[in-house]
Amino acid sequence: MSQHVVAAVGEVASGASKLVTVKGREIALFNVAGEYFAFFNRCPHAGAALCSGKVVRRAYSEEPGQYKLAQDHPMLRCPWHGWQFDLRTGEAWCDPKTITARNYPVAVEPGAKLAKGPYVAETFPVAIDKDYVVIEM
Amino acid sequence: MTTEVLERKPSEKETRLQIIDCDIHPTMGSLSDLNPWLSQRWQQHIVTYGEFVRQGLSKTLSHPRMQPAVSRADAWPPNGGLPGSHLPFMQEQHLDANGVEYGVLQPLRPNGNSQRNLEFGAALSSALNEWQLAVWTGKDKRLKGSISVTQEWPEAAVKEIERHAGNADFIQVALPPRSSEPLGRRRYWPIYRAAVEHGLPIGLHVSGVNGHTSTASGSPSFYIEEHHHNVQSMQGLVTSFVLEGVFEEFPALKIVLIEGGFGWVPALSWRLDKHWAKMRDEVPHVKRPPSEYIREHVWYTTQPIEEPENPEHLIDLIDWIGWDRLLFSTDYPHWDFDDPHTVFKVKLTEAQKQQLFRGNAQKLYGLK
Repeated sequence: MSQHVVAAVGEVASGASKLVTVKGREIALFNVAGEYFAFFNRCPHAGAALCSGKVVRRAYSEEPGQYKLAQDHPMLRCPWHGWQFDLRTGEAWCDPKTITARNYPVAVEPGAKLAKGPYVAETFPVAIDKDYVVIEM
Repeated sequence: MTTEVLERKPSEKETRLQIIDCDIHPTMGSLSDLNPWLSQRWQQHIVTYGEFVRQGLSKTLSHPRMQPAVSRADAWPPNGGLPGSHLPFMQEQHLDANGVEYGVLQPLRPNGNSQRNLEFGAALSSALNEWQLAVWTGKDKRLKGSISVTQEWPEAAVKEIERHAGNADFIQVALPPRSSEPLGRRRYWPIYRAAVEHGLPIGLHVSGVNGHTSTASGSPSFYIEEHHHNVQSMQGLVTSFVLEGVFEEFPALKIVLIEGGFGWVPALSWRLDKHWAKMRDEVPHVKRPPSEYIREHVWYTTQPIEEPENPEHLIDLIDWIGWDRLLFSTDYPHWDFDDPHTVFKVKLTEAQKQQLFRGNAQKLYGLK
């Protein structure tokens, strides 16, 4: 396992995503209201690029005829067939026990700390006065 | 650090999969895109009256769809416009990326075949055909068109087929499975006669607004239900073709059922044979067991593919239907797109892959 700097904080707007490559793998990075999530860019169902997916809120229902959207439970919705994955665990909503979208731990670290290493900044230089998004894989 | 580059030829296994995609949807921004091929009268008709298809609320679909524009969320062209409306983006995202050797166009709108005003419907169908040639097949030789016709006015439909027959850019005649009457009825036979005369299969992509509910007992409540009833439409029309004697009258007729599934084919064949064995005296024009006509005259596209719990069961299913009957399709850019690399959850032999992804369509449509 190693840590990889993939974006500067502020580079990916809230609600947006960025496709990055780490160790030869395409990774979809999402910023959800300042919280970052990283997924292998391939849906476990049929291979769609999850980077084009949409972050939605989990729908739930307490009784027939009504539904609510969970405020604190973001889901990643695949751009093709609409499969949804829990952004925090990667578990598929339809079958959490057996189907999971591969995800990776993400942290935000200050440039001053990163400059000392042992982090790997593969795509751009790190400035000590900024914060960066770091993926561990 | 030195880098060694090993030069070697890719093995057969690594050779890129070439496919013939039998279901691609080109779209237009608005009806006015057809103006170059519509007379002043019909251009004005659109402005003043618009379309009247055979249902209430004629400008909307009967059920809201799964995704905006019924499309993959990643298929919206970056420069704007609807999914499927921009050829360069379709080339980049699908034709080039997925190794599409040929792609069969299935334009769904405007549906000249569902207009109450038959003359207007025929004009729309003609313009849609010219649009396919000018905007799509003329610009990318991989793309092949489907001749849109107004089946409720067979004389006009025949004229339209004759207008384009012999043009290699068109490879089939398109009819909607949901027509005013079951498609085996004699009123539609002139269309089949013309198709056979010109060596064109009939492509039946799920579509058609005929004013009937999609089930025998009324309208369904949900999109998932409506979506599934496409299968019922297909079963109904195959039954109609067989029992009306269409295949007996036109031994060279080929029909392609597009996006209607195929898992139901063995069960329908078995059941029809059973009934035919007992009640064939009611339909003496049906001279052979129904399953034989089905086996000889009907092809099926794969998308959206059946996904049995045990993936191996797909092999059994295709064994029963016939490996030469299935045509690979993606439905690009629609939301339920099947990706050629992940569509089969079961291992196929190279020969099976060759048939399903390419060979069957090449043979059926006479593609080089």
